[in-house]
Formats: sequence, C-alpha cells, structure tokens
Amino acid sequence: MPVNDTYTDVLIIGGGVVGCAIARELSRYRVRVALVEKELDVGFGTSSRNSGVMHAGFNYKPGSLRAKVDVRGNALMDDLCRDLGLKIKRIGKLTVALDEADVPTLNRLKEQGDANGVPGLEIIPPQTMQKLQKGVEGLMALHSPSSAIISPYALTIALAENAAANGATIRLGREVTEIRRPAAPGESFEVTTVSAEDGRKETFRAKVVVNSAGLFSDAVCRMAGITDYRIYPCRGEYYVLDKRLDGSLSTLVYQAPKPNAPGLGIHLTPTVDGNIIIGPSAEYIDGREDHACTADVMAALRKEGHDLLPSLRMSDFIRNFAGIRAKQTPPEVGGNLDFVIEDRKDVPGFVNLVGIESPGLTSAPAIAEMVRDMVAAHIPLAERDDFNPRSGRSPFFFSELPPDVRADMIAENPNYGEIICRCEQITKQEIIDAIKNPLGAKTLISIKYRARATMGRCQGGFCLPRITRILRDEFGWKPENFLLRSVRSPLYAGHVREDKGGDVR
Amino acid sequence: MTLAIRRLKACVAVIGGGPAGLAAAVAARNAGCGDVLLIERDRILGGILNQCIHDGFGLHTFGEALSGPEYAGRYISMFRERNIRSLEDTIVLSLAPASEGGLEILASSRAGLVAIDANAVILAMGCRERPRGAISIPGDRPSGVYTAGAAQNLVNLENIQIGKRVCILGSGDIGLIMARRMTLEGASVESVFEILPYSSGLPRNIQQCLNDYNIPLFLSTTVTKIHGRGRLEGVSVAQVGADRSPVPETERYVPCDTLLLSVGLIPENELSRMCGVEIDPVTSGAVVDDTFMTSVPGVFACGNVLHVHDLVDWVSVEAAQAGAFAAAYAAGSAPEAGIPVKPGDGVRYTLPQRVSGARDCTISLRVGAPWRDRSIVVRTPGSASEERRIIKRTKMVRLHPAEMIRVDLKAADFAGASGLEVCVE
Ligand SMILES: Cc1cc2nc3c(=O)[nH]c(=O)nc-3n(C[C@H](O)[C@H](O)[C@H](O)COP(=O)(O)OP(=O)(O)OC[C@H]3O[C@@H](n4cnc5c(N)ncnc54)[C@H](O)[C@@H]3O)c2cc1C
Ligand SMILES: Cc1cc2nc3c(=O)[nH]c(=O)nc-3n(C[C@H](O)[C@H](O)[C@H](O)COP(=O)(O)OP(=O)(O)OC[C@H]3O[C@@H](n4cnc5c(N)ncnc54)[C@H](O)[C@@H]3O)c2cc1C
Repeated sequence: MPVNDTYTDVLIIGGGVVGCAIARELSRYRVRVALVEKELDVGFGTSSRNSGVMHAGFNYKPGSLRAKVDVRGNALMDDLCRDLGLKIKRIGKLTVALDEADVPTLNRLKEQGDANGVPGLEIIPPQTMQKLQKGVEGLMALHSPSSAIISPYALTIALAENAAANGATIRLGREVTEIRRPAAPGESFEVTTVSAEDGRKETFRAKVVVNSAGLFSDAVCRMAGITDYRIYPCRGEYYVLDKRLDGSLSTLVYQAPKPNAPGLGIHLTPTVDGNIIIGPSAEYIDGREDHACTADVMAALRKEGHDLLPSLRMSDFIRNFAGIRAKQTPPEVGGNLDFVIEDRKDVPGFVNLVGIESPGLTSAPAIAEMVRDMVAAHIPLAERDDFNPRSGRSPFFFSELPPDVRADMIAENPNYGEIICRCEQITKQEIIDAIKNPLGAKTLISIKYRARATMGRCQGGFCLPRITRILRDEFGWKPENFLLRSVRSPLYAGHVREDKGGDVR
Repeated sequence: MTLAIRRLKACVAVIGGGPAGLAAAVAARNAGCGDVLLIERDRILGGILNQCIHDGFGLHTFGEALSGPEYAGRYISMFRERNIRSLEDTIVLSLAPASEGGLEILASSRAGLVAIDANAVILAMGCRERPRGAISIPGDRPSGVYTAGAAQNLVNLENIQIGKRVCILGSGDIGLIMARRMTLEGASVESVFEILPYSSGLPRNIQQCLNDYNIPLFLSTTVTKIHGRGRLEGVSVAQVGADRSPVPETERYVPCDTLLLSVGLIPENELSRMCGVEIDPVTSGAVVDDTFMTSVPGVFACGNVLHVHDLVDWVSVEAAQAGAFAAAYAAGSAPEAGIPVKPGDGVRYTLPQRVSGARDCTISLRVGAPWRDRSIVVRTPGSASEERRIIKRTKMVRLHPAEMIRVDLKAADFAGASGLEVCVE
C-alpha cells in the first residue's frame, strides 16, 4: 500500500479535550500543527463521557500539577467559552458535611483550596446552604462559587474547529501505530498512522510529538520507547434524566469525599442544556473501550437517584452512558496520582501527558499553555497576527432565542422554520450546519453532539428517519454511508427495493 | 410580538392531523363550526397511519379491511370536501391560555412563525415510542437497536433496510407487524421476547404476524444485555420470575444484528403539560370529562394523545365526539359539573374520568391482566349514606389488557349517582 508523507512542526496524538486545546493554543503561533485522532470525530473518548463540571480546585494537594492546572483552567473558562460561543453556568458547588466526622475534611479542603488560590471559598451553615439549594441537608458545607458546568463535547468540538479555522490540520479516523524517534538531533519523528476507513497508512514527520492519547497514553509512550507508565481503566456509569426535572438543581451538591475513593462519588449534576445526569460509579475494568453499562450499577444509580430526587419517576430515565478514567493507580492502591505533563529529556521533542483523569476537562486550557511552553523550548513560537480566537457562533440553540428573533431568522432562511428533532426543537438548518462541520466528521453521533438531535426524550425515534431523509435527498448519502460512531457501526443494511432507491411515498 | 409573526384566528383549532385530528375537525365542522383550523407537523395528513401499509383498519367504521393510508384517505377526503383550513408542515411549539381568554398557539413552519388565537383547542398529537433508555437495558450501545415504529417508518416510507437478523423485544402491535414486515423483506426474524406472561399485542396480530411465519414468541422473557461495540452482535435473554427480574440460570445468547423495541407508547403530552392540563398518571393522557374536555377550559383531547388505542376505529369515534363538543363549547356552551369515574378491582384505567350525568356516555377501559368468563361491572362506589348500586353488568368471554373495552351507559341508569366505579367480577 502506498504511504503518504505529511510534514508538520508539531504532531498531536489524540483529539480529546486536551489534544484539541493544545492544537488551538498552538494555532496562535506560526508553526505547522497537525492532530491525529483514531476515531471518526474528536471527543469520542473520555472527553464526551464525564460530568462536565469545571472543578474549583480545592480537592488537590497544594503544589501539585492538578491543583495548578485546574485553578488556572477554571479561571480561563469564561473567556474561552465567550470566544468559542459556548454556554458556561457558574452554578457553584456545596460540599456537604453530613456528620461531625466530615467537618475536619471540610476544613482541610478549605485550607487546601485557599492555598491553591481557589476564589471565594466559604464554610457555610445549613440556612445559607438551603438558600443556595432548596432541601439540602447537612451540618455545614464548603461553598465554592467558581465551580461551573459546561458541555464537554461542545467544548472539545469548538476547540478543534477553532484550531482548524486558524490553520491547524485535524485528521480524523487515523490511528497512530508506530513512532520512530529522530535518528539524530535536529531530525524528525516519524509517526505512522492507519486509516480506520480504508486501512491506508500515512506517515507524519514532526519535530515535536505531543502524546495526549488519554486512556492509550501508556501505549503511545511505549511506541516511543517509554515504559514508565501504565493506565488502569476505571469506568464511571451515568443515567441521563428527562428535561422535565430541569430547574430542580440550582447548584452542585457533593458529599464530603472519603479517603482514597477513586472518584468524587455519585451525585446529580445538571447539564447546561437542561438535563440532569446521575453518576458516576467507579469500577476498575479490563477494557479501555468497554463503555457498557451494567445491570447492578444501573440499579444502584436508579436507587441513588430516587434518594437524591424523590420526585424522580421511572419514565424520567432516558439514557445511559459511561466514561473511563485513565488511572495510574491499580485498584489495590486506589486514589489518584498527579498528572504527568513532561518534556521528556530522554526522548527530546516528546511532550508527554499521562494520567489526565479528573479534572482534565477543567484543566485542558491550562495544560495547553504548559505544553505550548514546552514546545517553545524546541521550536521558536512567533505569534501570528491573524489568529482569530472567536468561533463567531452563538452559544444558543435556535429554540432558545426569543420568538421575534426566530421569526426574523426564518424569514431569511426557511430551514430555521422546519423542526427535525421534536423533543429538543432542533431545526433543519442546525442539522445541516452540523453535517457541514468544518472537521468533516460524518457520523450520527457527530450530528448529535453538534445539533443535539436524538438527545431528547424520544432518543431519535422521531428524527432519525428525518435526518436520514435530509442526508439522502440533499447530500446524496447511500444507506451504507450512515454510521452511528465508527466504521464498525453501520446503521442500515441497504435499500428495501433496489430499483427505487429513493422516496417511496 | 413583531410583525414577522403571522397572526391567525380560529374558532376550533385542532393540533395533529392523524385520524383523531381529522375526525375531530370534520365533526366540529358538521356541528356547525365554520372556522376550524387543523395544524399538522408532517408534510401530509394521516398521522401514523401513513406508515401502516398493512391492512386491518376500518373493520368497525367502514366494514372493510383497509390499509392505514386507505383509512386515512377516507377521512382526508371528508376533511377536504368540507374545505376545512389546514396548515401542513407546521409544528405547534407552544400552547397556553391567552390573557384575554381563549387559547394561544405558537407554531413554526418554513413560512415563518404563526400565532393562532382559538376559542377551543383539540389536542390530537398522538403518541411516541418508549426508547431503550426508558427500560434500562444493560450492555453496549451499538447501532442496530431501533424502536419498532421508527423502523417501520424507515422501511415503509424511506426504503431503508435496517438489518438482516432481527430480534424483537416486546410484543406490542407495532413489534408484531414489524416481525412480519421484516420477514417479507427477506430478513430473518429470530424471536420475539415479552417480559409479561401474556402478549401485549392483539391476538389476531399474534396469529397473522408470528404464527403464520413460524416466528417464536417467548413469554416471561426479556433481554438482559446488549452486545456489540460497533453494530449489534447479539442479545442475552433470560426468563423472568414472578417479580419480573431475570433468572440468571436461564440466560442464553441470541446472535442478531438488529433489535426492535416494541415496549410501549407514550402519549405526546408536552403541549398539554405546557398549558396546565392535568395528566392521569396511568394513561399518561389528560384527565377528561364526557365531552372530552380537559382540566383547562376549552382544551379537548382525543385519540392516542388521550390514551393509547389499539383500534383506529375507536380513535375516530372518540375524536368525532370531541370535535362536536369542542364546537359546542366554542359556540358558548358551559362546562358541566362532573361525577367522578374510577377504576376498581381488575381495571387499570377508565376514561373519561368524569361524566356529567346529563347525557348517555361510553366508558373506555383496560383491564390489568387477561381473564376468561368474567363481567365488567359499573356500579356506584357505595358509602355510609349511599348503598352500592349496580348500574351495568356486561358478561365477557375473554378480557385482555391489549384490547380496549367500551361500555355504553344510559344517562337515566346512573342519574343521581355521586360517583361510578368500574371493576372486573
Ligand atoms: C466518569 C468521569 C467523570 C469525569 N468528570 C469530570 C469533570 O466533571 N470535570 C473535569 O474536569 N474532568 C472530569 N473527568 C476527566 C476528564 O473527562 C478527562 O480528564 C478528559 O476528558 C481527558 O481528556 P483527554 O483529551 O486527555 O482524553 P480523551 O478524551 O480520552 O482523548 C484521548 C483521545 O486520543 C485518542 N487516541 C488514543 N490512542 C490513539 C492513537 N493511537 N492514535 C490516535 N488517537 C488516539 C482517543 O481516541 C481519544 O479521542 C471525568 C472523567 C470521567 C471518566
Ligand atoms: C404500527 C401501528 C400499527 C397499527 N395497526 C393498527 C391496525 O392494524 N388496525 C387499527 O385499527 N389500528 C392500528 N393502529 C392504531 C392506530 O393507527 C392509531 O391508534 C391511530 O393512528 C391514532 O391516531 P391519532 O390521530 O391519535 O394519532 P397519530 O396517527 O399518531 O396522529 C397524530 C398526528 O399529530 C401530529 N402532531 C403531533 N404533535 C404535533 C405538533 N406539535 N404540531 C403539529 N402536529 C403534531 C403528528 O404528526 C401526527 O400526524 C396501529 C398503530 C400503529 C402505530
């Protein structure tokens, strides 16, 4: 098979939120940047499978990298969301002490947070707690006003699209399988990738390689001859709840953490789009891509949900998902290790990110700044004068705009008048924009993460046939072009009647 | 609102152009309302019937077995003959009581937003299918898992073959119809699994869609796990105990590339809720009186949005009544006080939930489990001051939860009752 060669200054391996934030940060400078992602879209790994919380930063040891990049990342998020046209809701968080035993924990967290530079931390009594969230009970709580929620997949996509708009190359469906270190100082890495679609190889030559491969960061390390790390996947399952319950949570409520817990515990988290998610569980598993949900955990989450939200009904559960933490500690050790963010001295030009579990989402923009400085040690970085930090997009879905604005927009473009996804009231134009995304991602999940279609209470029962019709009639898709998420997940088996090919109405 | 929003007025506005909406609109016109407006989000009228290309519709109404589109066609003709106004390709986004009285509808189409003021509104939005998430099946989330109605739409209307080796979870009618449809289109339908000890579909569909094609139906059996990271590769199934939880020793694996879910329909009451209509937790539809008026004055409901029907003929009958009452209301008739009707032993729900006592009426009901040789009894609930009185007793050879039962009552028979209760004896 013929092998293509692509030259770049920096090659980023992995299009999660971290890789995409790095690509966007580097696109400010006069360097060639390419990002390769093995899936058919960015953010299909852990970055679309988490709680979407911008953590304040009091849970991490002072002086640790996690503390540093989390607090910095959280502080960067308002401007970033404004520039990229994303929703961010600073709803704050209550970490609640249920009994006396939790009180020292709260005090320790406050001290730790103050040392980390977390703004506005306060220990508050029950009356103040209840003003922030009706019905919450406990002895006292640590209130962190900078805790916030965002849409994790929207952030990842927006970072990648803005990077691409500023000249970065984003290559989807390309898995890195081999890395050859530079034969001599001043020479390039040779990174071999294989296409998910046709198996063709393409080699990237790069002066600097960034490993942001998430759950596979240890595997990528090994390709570069680094054997120091091992990832232990630890799965967290969730339920998504119907929008009927929107408004039941005005802030985040967590219990005071227990020593050595693998995560922050199961809780309710509102999403920026008006759903509530219940989770995550924590369970070490073998597979790094085993996103299955399991009967026992699902039952436990349902029970937890009913306890936390008594008005919850069975019909409010609309979907499940799971995300996997890239842990560096095996189950018998538990807890977390600090992030690894290093410029490898033994492999010059190899910038290595390992164990970026929570709060990796919050930290991504700050990690990107650190990586930028590491890259600058190898390649001089001169700022471009034409960098455009803005996406030019509105953070709102069409249905969220006032009626008169909508009426004017429909008058200009009738596609805004046609509703395709009834549950979320998503219009045809929003579907078309999603299909025409600048990254060229073409799976149904790509459309879902961009336009929200299929994410409502009917889960696509209504809009899937309609989206199918648009793709067929206006984009010329054949049944075999429809993929759920990967080349291994075709939606359709062909036509019913080959001779007709089209609409049988 | 700005000029960009068009304004319309209607005496009776009908939301939804399926069989319920069509029959309601025709009846409202027949009752003398000159100003009926029907709004339908699809590009053609007829509702869910357009994708039901099998026959069996209209046996009661027309005395023949019609296909879904043929049945709809009859009503569309009646609708067109009466020159009733309609907005197709127009979706209602919101419904609220207007500050000046009456009701206000906001709808959207390619032509723009339109606000409609109506004296009376008939809800006829039909229902939607319960998705996988709502029944919490563990396992992977591959492609190849569809709700049966969405599959029917893709196969029958979009010419898309969705898979080759099919299992079906749930023995609701749509699932049964699709078992036959997929077989006729060359797919191999492995099995139908039903968690209940009896089928939730009509007996005639079990015969004509499964037995005639040798498709096995496994009762008291459910899917316990979905396998496949890409496309569906198979399902684990197990028998369930009396508490409906799976018995692990009975678990087995069935390879398949497609799983159709026919696990229940949910009346589509978003607009009703928005407008403050009281919803019955059992039917998931509005609480109505015997004029089909909901708890919000001037808002009526009929068809699958009110309660899920198995036979379209009853949809048409019920909707015609709702249409006539809505026309009378719009012309000024006042709502009446109601006698509560409640389900008793063996009965899952009764509808309407209130009757006026001023006129004859029909109680629709469903039983909670299959029975043979029982009676449906309508009686007064009885209290310290009032002796229990039997209003009507109807002998039934077989009762089945899948079949809606209708009991006609004469006003004279229950005059003066303070309440009614319907039970199985
Ligand atoms: C249950 C759960 C809840 C969480 N909640 C929060 C939270 O509330 N707040 C917060 O801040 N953080 C949270 N996190 C952490 C956060 O989600 C992660 O830290 C973050 O998403 C990691 O991003 P990433 O880019 O490093 O990894 P990923 O998103 O996994 O991206 C890595 C990418 O690399 C690709 N890749 C792998 N190998 C190759 C290869 N060989 N070639 C090409 N591409 C490759 C993968 O396909 C993947 O897309 C949570 C995590 C979990 C699991
Ligand atoms: C697969 C299947 C098989 C069946 N088989 C049989 C059979 O063999 N024999 C039989 O007698 N009956 C059968 N039925 C039952 C019968 O078809 C239904 O009971 C009947 O269609 C219900 O009518 P409806 O008008 O209430 O709802 P629908 O037919 O669902 O119509 C509702 C209409 O409202 C519109 N609508 C909803 N919301 C809005 C909005 N916001 N704005 C504008 N418009 C809106 C929808 O687009 C739709 O057109 C079957 C049903 C199905 C689904």
